[in-house]
Amino acid sequence: MTAHILSAPEASLVHHEDHAEEHADNAVFGFWVYLMTDCILFACLFATYAVLRHNYAGGPTGKELFDLRYVFIETMALLLSSFANGFAMLSLYRRERATAVLWLIVTAALGLSFIGMEVNEFAHLISEGNGPNRSGFLSSFFGLVGTHGLHVSVGLIWMTVMMGQLIFKGITPAVTSRLQRLSLFWHFLDIIWIGVFTIIYLMGVL
Amino acid sequence: MSAHLTEDSGDSHGSPRGYVIGFILSLALTLLSFGIVMSGNYHALEATVVIVSAAIVQIVVQMHYFLHLDRSSSQRWNVMVLVYTLIIIAFLVGGSLWIMYNTGVRMMPMSMGR
Repeated sequence: MTAHILSAPEASLVHHEDHAEEHADNAVFGFWVYLMTDCILFACLFATYAVLRHNYAGGPTGKELFDLRYVFIETMALLLSSFANGFAMLSLYRRERATAVLWLIVTAALGLSFIGMEVNEFAHLISEGNGPNRSGFLSSFFGLVGTHGLHVSVGLIWMTVMMGQLIFKGITPAVTSRLQRLSLFWHFLDIIWIGVFTIIYLMGVL
Repeated sequence: MSAHLTEDSGDSHGSPRGYVIGFILSLALTLLSFGIVMSGNYHALEATVVIVSAAIVQIVVQMHYFLHLDRSSSQRWNVMVLVYTLIIIAFLVGGSLWIMYNTGVRMMPMSMGR
């Protein structure tokens, strides 16, 4: 019953389709609701950062720590990854399995470069004594950027599983629905990153 | 599935053109923001206004071209949940900053007095 109420506005999409696809549409909507709660999680971390951003405790400031050229390359890797994921989905809808897998490999490789750069940045900061325990500013920095990085890492594991499912199960309705949710998740993480590079890195250097 | 493709491929699934436009706009806005700050040649307040505006525009661009959110009926519920979330976020972030700023101001004379 609830399922019918939820999908009522989408009647044009589902009225002629079987029950499985209606279920898949609801699953994608449910995942979107989860992403919105994730948005609130990130909003909490952004608020914490905004409150603590000048609490350096005598430690280094953003201007001294951040290398914008490095962050720009990270940003490009994630943006290109989000873009490549779009093409993976387009291949999926054209039912071109091999092309979809290839685009997913490109997406994952770019995502992995992003995570690699971030881990390298964190390791560098911590080795110089500027870890999360250095100041309130650095705690909130590691909290926010680390949570985003953790999301991207989970997305990479999910993407690897989906490549396997595409190869071994083919383009079934269930696999398509899972890939739609993964795609939402991936684009969402790039949108969160816009906030991260603007508020933390760029405004931190200003 | 085929009905799905023929009726809605333009709106809910996007097109190569849509993704390319979204990517070029995102790239331009990112270059603008980084360009201003990396040039080192800016007025702090003006630069902040420009990069925050560029970020908001880029978020809208990516939601439109990558997530395919729009005002069509198929997206109505997605957009409603998003709007509700934005209201919660405004309370959360605005409220936190307001309370913590006031707390900071009230703490000031005490810490200086002692």
